[in-house]
Amino acid sequence: MAQIIIKNLRKEFGDFTAVRESSFTIEDGEFFMLLGPSGCGKTTTLRMIAGLELPTSGEIYLDGEEISQRPPSQRDIAFVFQMFALYPHMNVRKNLSYPLVSQGMARAAVKAKVEEVAGILGITDILNKPVGGLSGGDRQRVALGRAIVRDPKAFMMDEPLGALDAEFREHMSEELRALHDRMGATTVYVTHDQLEAMQMGDKIVVMNNAVVEQFGTPQEIYDKPASMFVADFIGSPSMNFLRFDGSVAKGAQTVDLNGQPMTVPRQIDGASGKLVFGVRPEHVRLSDAGAYRGEVLATEYLGTTQIITLETPDGDLKARVPAGQMATVGEKIGLDFRPDTITLFDETSGRALRSELNEGVLAHG
Amino acid sequence: MSSFSVTEPSQRSKWFAGTLVILYALITMVPLAWIMLTGFKTPPDSISYPPKVFFEPSLEGYVNLFTTRTRIGQEALDALPPPDTWYEEIVRERDMVIAGPSKFGERFLNSVIIGFGSTFLSIVLGTLAAYAFSRFKIPLADDLLFFILSTRMMPPIAVAIPIFLMYRQLGLSDTHLGMILLYTAVNISLAVWLLKGFIDEIPREYEEAALIDGYTRFQAFYKVVLPQAATGIASTAIFCLIFAWNEYAFAVLLTSGTAQTAPPFIPTIIGVGGLDWPAVAAGATIFLLPVMIFTVALRKHLLRGITFGAVRK
Repeated sequence: MAQIIIKNLRKEFGDFTAVRESSFTIEDGEFFMLLGPSGCGKTTTLRMIAGLELPTSGEIYLDGEEISQRPPSQRDIAFVFQMFALYPHMNVRKNLSYPLVSQGMARAAVKAKVEEVAGILGITDILNKPVGGLSGGDRQRVALGRAIVRDPKAFMMDEPLGALDAEFREHMSEELRALHDRMGATTVYVTHDQLEAMQMGDKIVVMNNAVVEQFGTPQEIYDKPASMFVADFIGSPSMNFLRFDGSVAKGAQTVDLNGQPMTVPRQIDGASGKLVFGVRPEHVRLSDAGAYRGEVLATEYLGTTQIITLETPDGDLKARVPAGQMATVGEKIGLDFRPDTITLFDETSGRALRSELNEGVLAHG
Repeated sequence: MSSFSVTEPSQRSKWFAGTLVILYALITMVPLAWIMLTGFKTPPDSISYPPKVFFEPSLEGYVNLFTTRTRIGQEALDALPPPDTWYEEIVRERDMVIAGPSKFGERFLNSVIIGFGSTFLSIVLGTLAAYAFSRFKIPLADDLLFFILSTRMMPPIAVAIPIFLMYRQLGLSDTHLGMILLYTAVNISLAVWLLKGFIDEIPREYEEAALIDGYTRFQAFYKVVLPQAATGIASTAIFCLIFAWNEYAFAVLLTSGTAQTAPPFIPTIIGVGGLDWPAVAAGATIFLLPVMIFTVALRKHLLRGITFGAVRK
């Protein structure tokens, strides 16, 4: 059980920078998600924590101890690989025993511990089978078992559900979360699937292009995105961006969008130039009273809700509205945005402008 | 099964393929069978014309292979007590007595030491080098690999003279160590390239899992990578052994006594009145055995080795 602090971590492979000055803290017992598109540096970060890569610079503290240059065997961190990486020439029992044998644990103790873990994971009946013939789910359980068997300080998981089919994935993700809650061990989990991250994580780090974009709880990340990248990456459909040229004054509570004043959370800093008005689809309401209007381009029926795509003077926009609401293609509809959810971005830097909505959250980034 | 199938060959094409394979097997096996048969002929039978396919088997060739004999006069022969052993009897029939054992045993042992020794060394060095090339970022790795391969771009015998002189200077001529080093040097490029291919196919995650599980890099290598590479190691070992075992030119050039291997020795088995063909054939037959046994023992690995990488899992 441990707290992990990442400080100014950097990794270069030749000319390529995989991770650029990342800093964040993983609290003891947290289920922590490293989220980002492929190639963003999340797996490299995970591998540096585990010791499979050595950082170019920066520090990693595990329970207050600096471990960034130690070999993996001296870190007491377990790792679950995407492709499971079960030792193919050993059966399940041997796979589970292997980490214990390396510590020189007595044979009887190893046996007892393996049985205990197998019991937790429900794989007692396959202990003596070779790993070759196991189903994906059983392999996943064995891989987890190999990780938890030696009670490590923390677990690293590199897209552990990536190799499973969609149906089974959901089941395993619940199982995984339940296992975590039961053991309470610090877990760092890499995924590119924003839904998985939102569902399972206590905290999320969103990475892009070797940089930590934002770090916070799923709610913070979703409601108060620190950058256009985060706003776009999280949520489906993602946040709408209405681009406009204009300015906001310090302390302002409205911005002019195509001549219409829109209420926004009180801005802390002023800005001008190319700005972006960000609103989530579910915070768009269709209202005949709205002075800001858009033309319906398409509707997408989803059962309880529907997604309506509209063309507005500032770009296309998607709205998630109750399925019963009528909208026909070609119709011009007035739009209304929930004012307290709006985030303004500076388009050039891609960063969110500070407002009373996201104040405090951005300080992490 | 339907009467027509895309994947299952028809009965006729199966017959055709079978016949072709049997024909090919016959063509390659007839000389081998002939050698083996010749080993059981008497010297006159072995050179009779037309060649005898049916003959009375004799162990004379094998006896001659393992012994040296002297011809003695009829009187001296009559004076001797009757032979105690079956092989002495065979020799007496030719008016000779056994003078002592031949050098074949020693030469054969030399072949075993040098052949298996160099194979072992090639595999050990080759596996370590291949692992390093496969897993670590080595500066100029591609150039180094090409350099290693380039040692095979001319026939080894092209450097026979420099090697001969070098070995004489270093005192390696006609020594086991010298021959082992030479065959290892020739085989190592093959070993590195073959094994690198095999090790490249083993996912790194296995070793990384072992590192995480508390093992050192070297423990991870021999406990996790080596068992995975067993197939590749076995097939590479067969190729290395076959080369070292059959090598003739350098053996003739660099060995004459202590470290002489069987290939240069066998053709020198001279009988009375010319080459002793049955003895030569017997020597060749015995010489074939170790490689045959080795290959048969590892044949599952070999088959898998040859087709390795053809199909991605």
